[in-house]
This record gives sequence, structure tokens and C-alpha cells, in this order.
Amino acid sequence: MDLGGISPILLLASLMVASTPILLAALGELVVERAGVLNLGVEGMMITGAITGFATAVATGSPALGFLGAAAGGAALSVIFAVLVLWLKSNQVATGLALTLFGLGLASLIGQGYQGIRAPSTARLDIPLLSDIPALGPILFRHDWVVYLGLALVAGTWWFLSRTRAGLTLRAVGENHDAAHALGYHVLRLRFLAILFGGACAGLGGAYLSLVRVPQWTEGVTAGAGWIALAIVVFASWRPLRLLLGAWLFGGISVLQLNLQAANVPVPVEVLSMAPYLVTILVLVLISSGRGRARLAAPGSLGQPFHASR
Amino acid sequence: MSDVLLAIRGLTKAYPGVIANSDVSFDIRSASVHALLGENGAGKSTLVKTIYGLVRPDVGTMALGGRPYAPPEPRAARAAGVAMVFQHFSLFDALDVAENIALGMENPPPLRDLAARITEVSHEYGLPLDPRRSVGDLSAGERQRVEIIRCLLQSPRLLIMDEPTSVLTPQEVEILFRTLRQLRDEGMAILYISHKLEEIRALCEEATILRGGRVVATCDPRVTSARRMAEMMVGGTLRTPARTSVGGGEVVLEVASLTASSPRLHGTALRDVTFSVSRGEVLGIGGVAGNGQDELLLALSGEMRTAPGMVRLKGEPVGTCRPSERRARGLLCAPEERNGHASAPDMTLTENAFLTGRVREGLARRGLVNWGAATRFAERIIQSFDVRTPGPGVAARSLSGGNLQKFVIGREILQRPEVLVVNQPTWGVDAAAAAAIRQALLDLASQGAAVVVVSQDLDELMEISDRFAALNEGRLSPARPARGLSVEEIGLLLGGAHGMEVAHAHH
Repeated sequence: MDLGGISPILLLASLMVASTPILLAALGELVVERAGVLNLGVEGMMITGAITGFATAVATGSPALGFLGAAAGGAALSVIFAVLVLWLKSNQVATGLALTLFGLGLASLIGQGYQGIRAPSTARLDIPLLSDIPALGPILFRHDWVVYLGLALVAGTWWFLSRTRAGLTLRAVGENHDAAHALGYHVLRLRFLAILFGGACAGLGGAYLSLVRVPQWTEGVTAGAGWIALAIVVFASWRPLRLLLGAWLFGGISVLQLNLQAANVPVPVEVLSMAPYLVTILVLVLISSGRGRARLAAPGSLGQPFHASR
Repeated sequence: MSDVLLAIRGLTKAYPGVIANSDVSFDIRSASVHALLGENGAGKSTLVKTIYGLVRPDVGTMALGGRPYAPPEPRAARAAGVAMVFQHFSLFDALDVAENIALGMENPPPLRDLAARITEVSHEYGLPLDPRRSVGDLSAGERQRVEIIRCLLQSPRLLIMDEPTSVLTPQEVEILFRTLRQLRDEGMAILYISHKLEEIRALCEEATILRGGRVVATCDPRVTSARRMAEMMVGGTLRTPARTSVGGGEVVLEVASLTASSPRLHGTALRDVTFSVSRGEVLGIGGVAGNGQDELLLALSGEMRTAPGMVRLKGEPVGTCRPSERRARGLLCAPEERNGHASAPDMTLTENAFLTGRVREGLARRGLVNWGAATRFAERIIQSFDVRTPGPGVAARSLSGGNLQKFVIGREILQRPEVLVVNQPTWGVDAAAAAAIRQALLDLASQGAAVVVVSQDLDELMEISDRFAALNEGRLSPARPARGLSVEEIGLLLGGAHGMEVAHAHH
């Protein structure tokens, strides 16, 4: 069945790919927020990861090393945020916004010499047998390894948060940092690690854009993906498995929007490009209004600075 | 009697500008309940934090069971056999009981085994708990059980309890004491911190009294009067609030069939609440927190609007009036949570004085703040109510609990209310400040105002109320004359045995 030239199988297959960068970035942010820190610098860390990953991949010729470089780049930027917010007690919202602006500038500075170069291509995992299953094969089993890494990270994060002692401690720190401190947990150390993880994940997400999706370096390559990632965390009520749903939903909308454009649907292109962002706003409003608020269950200490003395 | 478990010798801890503990020495014996007494700021919490490894002393040593003991962090304290139940519960609302308990243990077993242990131990000590329930849905008494069970699962040698009974009904206190005595008989040492001297007399064998960071006295609370202990704490004689009863005035505040759902998550709906207060009268409303006190305050202050006739002031319906309109007409409120609700913690005292005094004190003219008048008003509060602070320019947050509470209550009293509603006026406030606040409320009543005091402290309500009513599950019992009510009767009212409700409402 084709809808005006749109193949549902291809659509679902590209949904998996399109959702990967926001899934990775959102997953990192989810862990950060579960630890009680609101890092609005996701966009900045993503784009920094996009260029450091791209540069590393071009220099080494290895996309895998590129992704490693991206994770390191994102994490390095998040260290700035962590030091400012955790030890110098700066305002998390303002610092996060500044981090985004700083990251965008830094990325275009580093990216000066990289425009117009193609990235080495990332290996696709054609899983034998499984990838030959009609419909399901192309949708699920013919992607590059980063897609599967993203899914594995979701499962791993879910397992970590709900099953491990360290995950329980992390949730406790995010829920009530004073109580966690009183019990003798190291609030700042734990938050620092969470922020590092968030930065690394955002970096991976950014590199997926510059190394796989596009795949070349252009300024502003993330184009607001970091903000969508932030929105998905709220949409998912801070739960990893719902996060996957959210990422697919938003990935799906952006793919559909491209397909509709290609299919010459008589709607202005600008309106279609707006769609993912409009849906983001709509979902956030619906979630945070009225009765929905009760189910939000945001971490209790989210966004509050922690002072050991109080 | 028994051996010394914890020996404290010469502990000193100074913070910039203040010496929290100065040369503190005393012994805690095994199989005994040892009381630690002192006003707020006397150094109790610093001392306790030192024992629990949250604070490191500048000078001094401790020995636990004969061995040197200097825990660098709470884990070490727990490993050595010291457990603590905190005053402000150190619980995580979004997590369930088993997870909360696991967080306070060094090597928790897998959650499934832990759940079984919790059920077992909680029944052994008569404190039933369901390990799967989310802590956010528990009553204050149940939340405390979580903390106690968390401690007991580690079989500690020393259990520290910081103000454990402030949120409990008399029946719950009885259950707690039974548990504590059972633990003592099993050989555990308990360090018990409380303001409630009668409780200490009923429970403890030894008491150490701190004042200004020093040990000023030790006594046997079983043979020392509560008044004597209070005077040792304060370092002077204590005035008992006295009043000249007026009574029999006209009714000024009438609440009729007040029914409203709570605007808050996990809140309690008000159901058919009816009462009235006359000029010169103090109505005490008791009840365990979370039974509709906050909602009642919101409905009276105007933060929550109701049907017009549900709240009447001097006969006129004010149910739909905003807080400032009610203030203008003479209905003033001082909510609980002095940091955050009754005051804006990061604003100065002058600004805080302005926030509620604007209407009645005329502190704003044509949209502009009259800072001179606001500062004078704040200074007047500070002076009249003996608020210890460098001046009206300091942030509300920097005041100690008792001083800020005096400021918050004084701010309303100085606005000459016709009806004053206060919630938890002396919660977490030391004895001297509490006495001053109670006296001020009584003085206000004897000047012809109607006063409604919502409190969990029954001794306080019995001391100052003319009539007493209890809130339970959002319903208010009929008001009864406070004089002659026994503690058992009150306990039953609080537990909800009146009318249709049954006493097991909290399970």
C-alpha cells in the first residue's frame, strides 16, 4: 500500500534511523534529570559531538573512532556545565542555555576546515536471516550499528535505573538530595557522573547526524534536535521505555514531513517543517496541563542547586 | 546500671561566627534511653551529626564500646552500629518502602528478600508496614515507621531519634514508646531528642541538657519536673502563658458546611467542615498533619476559593474573596512552613513585612512601595516580638526557626486582626519562643480578636484553647470545651472515632 508514493515499510525503516540521534541525546538527558539536574545545553553538546566526531572520523578514517571522539567531545563540554552548576552553584537554566550557545559557536569554529568533506561511511549490520524477513527485515534488521547501540542503551538504562543499587541511588539523589546527603551519599559526585554520561550521549547523537544522516559537516547540523530531545524526556515522564516511544513518534513525524514534501502534498513546505516542533509544543502543553500534571512525576529535586550545609 | 556504650569527651565544633559545640562530654549506656535536651541552636543537631558522621569535630574524641570512634561519614557510623531517625524525614516520596529502606542500608539484600524481612521485623515490633507502597502515600506515622524499620534492620547498638513524636497522635506515640522500650530491654542504647518534656519524663532514664553549645546540666528525668528541665534549658525561669478570659463575644467567623477538594497532589478534601469563633475566643483545631489542615488554611486565607456562604466574616459571605480583600476586612492568616509559605526566604524582613502588611498598614500608595513605612513596620515587629536579628535588612532565611516564626506571627498580630488563623504556630520552635508566641496569641484574644489555632501539638492546644475540635480525613469534629478533655478522649477524636469514621482510617 502506497500513500501518494510513500512506502510504509521505507517510512518505518527510516523512522528507526531518524529517531536515533534524538533518542541518544534524550537518553543522556533522562539520566541527568533523574539525578536532579536540568541541563538545557543538549543542543550545544550535540553539535559539539557532531563536529568532534566528524573531525575524528575524517582524521582516522574510522567511523567507530569518530563516535568515540563525539562522546568525548560531548562529555568534555558537559564538564564545563558540571563544574559551573555543581561546584560554583550557578543557575542551571541559564548555564544550560549558555552552554548551547557556546557549543554552537565552538562547533562552527572547529568546523571551519571541514565543510564539503564526506565522512567515511558507517557499517551497516545486515543481520543474516532476520534481515530477509519480509517487511520486518527492512524495518528492524538492516541498520547501522549505532541504531542498535541506541536501543541497547535504552534497555541498559532501564535496567540500570530499575534494577541496580547505583541506579536506585541515582534516583534517590534526584528525588530528594538533602535526604540522600543525610544518608551519606555523594550527591555531587553522582550528579557529575550523570552529567558526563548525558554529555557523551548527546555527543553520540550529534555525531549520528554528521556521520550517518547527512553525512557531512554543515553548520547548525543539529537544527534543534537537542530541544526535541529535552521535550521527549518530559513526554516520557522520565522513563526509558517510554522515551523510546517518544523518540519514534518524533522521528516518525520528521520523516513523514520529509516524505510529504517529496510527495508534493499541497501544504506549504514551511508548515511541514514546522510540524515536529509544533507537535513538541502541543505534547508539552497537553502533558503539563490539568490532570496530566499529576502523572508527570518529575524528579523531586530537579533543577534545584544542592548545598551540603542546609 | 549498665556499661557505657558511647563515651563523648570534649567535643568542640565551631562554624564561622558561632561555636556549635564547646567541650561537650557525656556517656550513653547500653540498654538505656538517654535524652538530649536543649533549645534550638543549643547545639543538639551538630552533636548528633557528629555522632552520625555527618560533621567532623574540631577537637574531642568519642569511643564506642571502648574503641576509638571517629566516623568520617554516615556509612562508617552505620557500619559501627549507629543508626539515626531524622527529624525531617529523610525519605524519598517517589520510591516505595522497600527501596527507601534499601537506600539506608550498607549491604541490602535483593529487594524481594528485603520485602520479606521488612514485613517480618515490622510485625515483630508492632509497626506494620507494606513494603510495596509508595512512601508519598503514607501518613506521617507510617513514614516514621519506615525510618525506624530501616534502622532496626541493621541491628544497631545505638539508635538516635531526633524529635520523633512531633507528628504523631497520642496513640501513635504510645506505640512508638512501646517499641522503644522493647528495644531498650533488648540492650539497645537510644539517644532521644525532643522538646516534649513530659514524654522524656515518661521514657528516659538520663538526660543531658545543652545550652549555647555546652553541657549545662544532667539529670534523671523520672524525678525532675518538666518545669525544672525547661528552666535548665532556657537558663532562667519560664513564664506559663496566662490569660484573662473574655469569652461570650459575638461570633465573627463562621464556617458552614465547607466542602472543597484539595488543590494539591496527595491532598485531603475538606468534607462538611462547620465551626464558628467568637470575639475573645481561642479555638484549637488538632489533628495529624495531612488530614485537611493545609486545605482549611487555604480556604480561610482565600488562597482557595469556595462557595460564598461557606466562609462568613462578621455575617458577610467572603468565600469568594481574594486574600487581600479578606485581610482588608480583618481576617488574617499565618500559614505553616515559615520558609516558603509564610515568608519568602530570600527576601528581606522589610520586604516580607510589606508582603502581608501592604493593605492594612497602608505600605503602598498609587502602586509605589513606601519603603520607609515598610521598614518601620518591620522594625516594630522585631522590637515587639523580640526577634533576634541584626536588622530588618537581612534575608528571612538567615533567621533561626523560632525567630522567623515570631516574626511571621508578630507581623499578623500587629495588623490588629479581628480574626487570626495560625497553622502550627510553634512547630520546631524552642520553648522560650513557643511560650512567647502562645502568650501573644492569648493577649490578642483578650483584646477581643477571635483566634483559630491549627496545631499538631496537643499540649499547646490544651494550654491556650477555649474550645477544641479535631480534623480527621477532612472532617471536623464538633468543638468541645477544652477544659476537662482527657488525652484519651482527644486521641480518639484525632483517630477519627467520632461519627461514622473508624479508628483504623490510617491503615
